[in-house]
Amino acid sequence: MFLYRNQNKNKCRDMDTILLQLLNGLDKGGAYALIALGLTLVFGTLGVVNFAHGALFMLGAFCAVSFNKLLTLSKKVKDESITFFDAYKEQPYLEIWLGDTGTTIIDWSVPLSILIAIPVMLLIGLAMERGLIRHFYKRSHAEQILFTFGLAIVLQEIVKSVFGANPIPTPAPDIVSGSANLGAALGLGDNLVYPWWRLIYLMFSAVIIAGVFAFLKLTTFGMVVRAGIHDKETVGLLGINIERRFTIVFGLAAVVSGLAGVMYVPVLPPDYHLGMDFLVLSFVVVVVGGMGSLEGAVAAGFLLGILQSFCSLNEIKAIIPGIDQIIIYLVAVVILLVKPRGLMGKKGVMED
Amino acid sequence: MMNKPKEMNELLLILIFSAVVLTMPIWLSPLGAAYPDLLQKFAIFGVFAIGYNILFGLTGYLSFGHAAFLGVGSYTAVWSFKLLSMNVLPAVMFSVVLAGLFAAVIGFVSLRRSGIYFSILTLAFAQMSYNLAYSVLTPITNGETGLQLAKEDPRILDSAVVDGLPSTNFFGIELQGFSGFYFCAAFLILGFIIALRIFRSPFGLKLRAIKTNQTRMRYTGFSTRPYLLTAFVISGMYAGLAGALMACTDPLAGAERMQWTASGEVVLMTILGGVGTLFGPLLGVGIIKYFENIFSAINEQALHAIFDFLPTWLEEFMVLITHPFVGEGWHLTLGLLFMLTVAFLPGGVMEGIDYIKKKMSSKDTDETEGTSTTKTAEEGSSS
Amino acid sequence: MSNSKNGSSCSRRTVLKSGAAITAASTMPMFYVKDAWAAKDFRNNPGNASTVKFGFNVPQSGPYADEGADELRAYKLAVKHLNGEGDGGMLNTMKPLSLKGNGVLGKKVEYVTGDTQTKSDAARASAKRMIEKDRVVMYSGGSSSGVAIAQQSLAQEMGVIFMCGLTHSNDTTGKDKRRYGFRHFFNAYMSGVALGPVLEKEYGKERRAYHLTADYTWGWTQEESIKNTTEGLGWETVKTVKTPVGAGDFSQYITPVLNSGADVLILNHYGKDMINSLTQAIQFGLRDKQVNGKDFQIVVPLFSRLMAQGAGENIKGILGSTGWNWALSDAGSQAFVKSFGQEYGFPPSQAAHTCYVQTLLYANACEMAGTFYPPEVIKQLEDFEFDGMGNGKTLYRGADHQCFKDVLVVRGNQNPSSQFDLLEIVQEVPRSKFEYDPAIFGGELGPYEV
Repeated sequence: MFLYRNQNKNKCRDMDTILLQLLNGLDKGGAYALIALGLTLVFGTLGVVNFAHGALFMLGAFCAVSFNKLLTLSKKVKDESITFFDAYKEQPYLEIWLGDTGTTIIDWSVPLSILIAIPVMLLIGLAMERGLIRHFYKRSHAEQILFTFGLAIVLQEIVKSVFGANPIPTPAPDIVSGSANLGAALGLGDNLVYPWWRLIYLMFSAVIIAGVFAFLKLTTFGMVVRAGIHDKETVGLLGINIERRFTIVFGLAAVVSGLAGVMYVPVLPPDYHLGMDFLVLSFVVVVVGGMGSLEGAVAAGFLLGILQSFCSLNEIKAIIPGIDQIIIYLVAVVILLVKPRGLMGKKGVMED
Repeated sequence: MMNKPKEMNELLLILIFSAVVLTMPIWLSPLGAAYPDLLQKFAIFGVFAIGYNILFGLTGYLSFGHAAFLGVGSYTAVWSFKLLSMNVLPAVMFSVVLAGLFAAVIGFVSLRRSGIYFSILTLAFAQMSYNLAYSVLTPITNGETGLQLAKEDPRILDSAVVDGLPSTNFFGIELQGFSGFYFCAAFLILGFIIALRIFRSPFGLKLRAIKTNQTRMRYTGFSTRPYLLTAFVISGMYAGLAGALMACTDPLAGAERMQWTASGEVVLMTILGGVGTLFGPLLGVGIIKYFENIFSAINEQALHAIFDFLPTWLEEFMVLITHPFVGEGWHLTLGLLFMLTVAFLPGGVMEGIDYIKKKMSSKDTDETEGTSTTKTAEEGSSS
Repeated sequence: MSNSKNGSSCSRRTVLKSGAAITAASTMPMFYVKDAWAAKDFRNNPGNASTVKFGFNVPQSGPYADEGADELRAYKLAVKHLNGEGDGGMLNTMKPLSLKGNGVLGKKVEYVTGDTQTKSDAARASAKRMIEKDRVVMYSGGSSSGVAIAQQSLAQEMGVIFMCGLTHSNDTTGKDKRRYGFRHFFNAYMSGVALGPVLEKEYGKERRAYHLTADYTWGWTQEESIKNTTEGLGWETVKTVKTPVGAGDFSQYITPVLNSGADVLILNHYGKDMINSLTQAIQFGLRDKQVNGKDFQIVVPLFSRLMAQGAGENIKGILGSTGWNWALSDAGSQAFVKSFGQEYGFPPSQAAHTCYVQTLLYANACEMAGTFYPPEVIKQLEDFEFDGMGNGKTLYRGADHQCFKDVLVVRGNQNPSSQFDLLEIVQEVPRSKFEYDPAIFGGELGPYEV
């Protein structure tokens, strides 16, 4: 009897573990998919290997950080409790002027910064494309890599000189900083809890992905762009100004990755190097998904996120040690060998 | 430069190259770069870049995983020191062979694809090697600390008792300091000669043909894979050699040598200097390593010393505007340099040199243009 | 250079040049050896120069950049005090003291800095530049034990003393100890011994612990030491999981904890990793959980005020150990906090403390030896006992170059009285509790002369 109950409990526990890991994978996958979506837009339409794409993600995160800094501009108040030397406490002006309302605004700074991030990232994207990237459409991939890599370094260093080298914690609003008891809500065990903010991130990425797809599939603009991915020359021959549309696509890509960055801030305090950490991964996601395939990028993002999460399970690591470290690359190799153009790649995109 | 009818006499080219390399301790000293560790790095990364250029420069296949071979070379060399002998000769031999075998396996799989897919495959293999070396392969690699010598190592060929740790030697010559540099420089020259022969051989010509038009080559019934694989393995062996030389001058092998950033570095060096040119990659090595080691160490103190000759207000001003670009900010300068190079010199620094060369020769039409270009090329690496 | 108009003369010159180079090549090694060892006694002998150079090699990027920045501040302050500038800091409290505030052996101290990038290779390259180009007599730095061990073995090869900054692995003065390396900071073993009684008192004898461990030398020894301690108390170790350094998102390692049946999570992480893993663990609601009828607890065996600052609210109530805290009331600590605070506007971290003390200790040993000749300086440091530098009477044990001083068990402060008052000292554990036999960690120091 006791044994039976124990078994039952274990089963329930395993179920919880699997669900948790699945959620975790989806939540990681959401971030991967968002970054890859922007990258593949640029890749597929403009044919540019953009190594500065990670930097856009990082810039998005720093939009949230700067907005928070702006809101918490503070008056220095002498701290009397320190006797050794002169130390100062900080009190945000917003709190001095608006009282509790000010505190609430500061508390909600991350979601609020989305409003700032959209125009800022759009501007950055447009400026980057018009000012720099545009001149490199006809160049070889090697030159594009060197140029955009240089650009990424420059952007990174500028951020570093303004914000320092350390990660800057910027918390989520208090009300969603804890975790949701999904187990209770779904009638499962009590162990099925998941942080609210990560759930929000997952939903947010779903909304953005849906929005981008709707834009590209349902509007004429999107149709032209998609046609451009498949056959740039014909679209050009039809007398459509494809270049202007490309500029807008680049801006869109910048906004998508920037927003991915903004919302990622409470999950991981950003530092100037954040973009580089995601760069390699996002390229792997795009290529596994198939060059120029938006659906592929999203599918690959979620697939790799889930696989990475499941491979971190102790039971799986016991069978294949170290699998959690290499799974993403292993999957990339297998998929590229079995399906030469990635999961959903189209023929003729970037094959030279 | 290479395809001109007036190709420079090979022997002369080699002699000049050797002279420039071997006199580096002299002509680099005004630039503050003539200390052994940096000289060794120039030579070692020179070997790495020359080898990488054989693959990327000739065939156009952009590998993003060559650091893995460098790492394999380093680990093999250190294990050779630990198990066999402190003599560097077996270490170098084993490293080159093992890196070659490793490259053959990875190349065989990766070369089934081309373009960006090839790049991602090589990247994936290198990252797997790196992550494994860092985690589960710790018994072999000693993880993040790096594989080091220990007093209790067996060293079956020369287990003579020494006080403390033995140091690496080449038949009795200790390979630290300047002797270490000359040892690496000898391999750099050897590597250069081999690369030169490959560039000018029918094999090199075939590789170039693959770069220009792979499909056409295939249609003519010509199988490109064996040629590509050979080039891949050769460049992998160069990387292994570079890894071994690193371990010879400093017997420690760390996993971060295999990280993608290390692979990226050699790609950037090659592109920056000039892809597919003989000297370009070496210039790239010189510039990047100089920035990394010298520019990064210039702090405010040093800047004040540099601008000391100016009036005080101007000195302060100059320090203020130059400070963000040196010291901790050396990455910024490097990034700007990458951007400017690509924007204005698509063929890398070598294109700039060719341009100067053309200007020169139009000024005074002289029959000795080849010689003067090469000289400019090598001297250019100092700037 | 490039405008040589006559090709043949050019090539003749190069031939001559290469001839000269070959001669140079064959003579250089001998010349160099003689230069370094016979004529000059030892490497980087300052000789009659009026100045002497120290090298400060700290992480300016990577997961420990925070600590690195604070260490550099402390080094700069130490140099100031050695040269007799500022208020003198611990020079006023250190006993016995041979320093006179006029530099070291009458030579003004200068310094060069470098970035270890928290990578062994980069750290060694940077250290080699300091030794070969800038000719430093001593170099120092942390954090990360892997990097410290790599630099320490370089010190032995090069014959230049390395004063470890923040490094907490048992291996630094155990398996990988070196004659030319010295550690003032405490180690993982001491953390374990110090934490044991407090953990027992607070959380009882029946607990099930789950470890997340940074996958490198420090993490491994930290995990081992804490495991030994807690298992000694009767706790059960459910699982130990290694995580890559700098992973950022640790969530996939935290979710399995929820259903593991463990009721204590031990985070063997440091710096940015610890900030991230702790924050994420708390986001996953671990601290609100009840397991096995007990409140779920998180323990961070090694933490510092800087990390507490980064982790913000999440650190409150978390137990751990630390080497030193600015709130200590002894005269040495107060003098240091005062001059550091006046210089920078905030109190120093434990990393800053250890780096400051190390610089002073090295300078003092040179002064005692009357020379910079490393073997003599080493002999002065070995078994040197001093006081007035925080943590009470301290011994630099000669057998393994490990310092023995009191260790603090701390808790994240629930009600901080100021923005710096983040850690509450639970207990000062006297050094007599963990004066272990150096033989238990093995290793060999190596020779004085290299």
